[in-house]
Amino acid sequence: MGDLVTMDDLSNEEIVSVLDDANRLLPVAKGALHLPLLEGKVLANMFFENSTRTRMSFEAAMKRLGGSVLNFSSVGTSVAKGETLYDTMQMIDGYADIAAIRHPRQGAAQYSADSVEIPILNAGDGAGNHPTQTMLDLFTINNSHGSLNGLNVILVGDLRYGRTVHSLSHALVRFGASLTMVSPASLRMPKEIVSDLRSHGAEVNEADSLQDQIPDADVIYMTRIQKERFPDEDEYSKVAGIYKLRASDLSGAKKEMIVMHPLPRVDEIDPSLDSTDHAKYFEQAFNGVPTRMALLCRSLGVEVPKKVS
Amino acid sequence: MSEMRRVTAIRNGTVVDHIPSGRAMQVIRLLRIDTDRSTPVSLVMNVPSDKIGRKDVLKIEDRELSHKELDRLALIAPSASIAIIRNHAVAEKMMVELADDLVNIARCSFSNCITINDREPLPQRMRVVSRDPLEIRCYYCGRGQDIEELIEKIL
Repeated sequence: MGDLVTMDDLSNEEIVSVLDDANRLLPVAKGALHLPLLEGKVLANMFFENSTRTRMSFEAAMKRLGGSVLNFSSVGTSVAKGETLYDTMQMIDGYADIAAIRHPRQGAAQYSADSVEIPILNAGDGAGNHPTQTMLDLFTINNSHGSLNGLNVILVGDLRYGRTVHSLSHALVRFGASLTMVSPASLRMPKEIVSDLRSHGAEVNEADSLQDQIPDADVIYMTRIQKERFPDEDEYSKVAGIYKLRASDLSGAKKEMIVMHPLPRVDEIDPSLDSTDHAKYFEQAFNGVPTRMALLCRSLGVEVPKKVS
Repeated sequence: MSEMRRVTAIRNGTVVDHIPSGRAMQVIRLLRIDTDRSTPVSLVMNVPSDKIGRKDVLKIEDRELSHKELDRLALIAPSASIAIIRNHAVAEKMMVELADDLVNIARCSFSNCITINDREPLPQRMRVVSRDPLEIRCYYCGRGQDIEELIEKIL
């Protein structure tokens, strides 16, 4: 019931309510306030694939709310000995109250949710979904633009394998955003996702050039071309470094336009952009903490007080 | 009707008619009657049909297929019609119907799906997201399935 596997698990009203909760939890996320809402609760961080920000921000979120964390990594454990995901999850069902799972195989989060009683938060499954990232992205956009409605969002880079943009684009169209997808032909958004987006009545365009999109953009969402998802090096080298954004490229941009990136970046965003008002990617990374705090509370059935003080 | 007489009428059992031409062997596999040595099965392939051009027909003796078994047929023979025969007469007529949720009927064809490890114990599951055109996705990984490929992956 408290599972979050894809953005379909949250209605628009629930999304807005989680973002509200996250806003009220901001001082707790920053450590300025002590609010042990999840005291006595245990989160299992089940990371079958590497992660820095997601794993650490889940841990920070749980600890800021007074809970504790079990960290699991598949290296050197029974998984390396061939244990099934089902069996590994049975173990965690007894150790923790909630689990965040990242796995290289697509569908692993739904599979885990069906394997155990405790709530499962999908922290990224292969090239599938990454809904907690989407929630922190929506939080960042909402706090910058004051609304999610009717924005013009440009998604750039690896749209084929990038699970972040898959989840985000689903959520954005539900709030009436227009999407322009900029990617090389070999990394286009999967056709079933584009067809889903259009079935919501969304305006979805595809383009090769990033420069043309800058003047009309409200949000430019950059992604890394993920070397690890390519079957071979040659295919990767054909598209590596194809999109680069520098501060000088943004002279024609709207003043309130924001540049986002799920990080880590390689060379898609030049450091010259970091000091501009457009750069929101570091704030976005921090926003993982209040957003995941709100999501942990929701999944564990703990209400965030209307007034946090 | 003369096409139906290429094999003798059965006394009791099930007739599966209007199978798309060439698909009868897959139907046999899907219904798992290929492993049942006690059931006499007559098979007619590629006969003319007013309804679908050319068709295959299966007659399965002394066995009445259940609705559940027949529902699985919809994947490869959505236009098939079924007659349950008792004492040489048609006792019941049924049309196949594709369920919304296909459990343990076929394996996901995506090489990076969690279900690709056949030691994982949960059932294979597919969701029918559209009927016309037929669109089926893996319940776990969400990947759209190529129907021809899916037929090859029938469990």
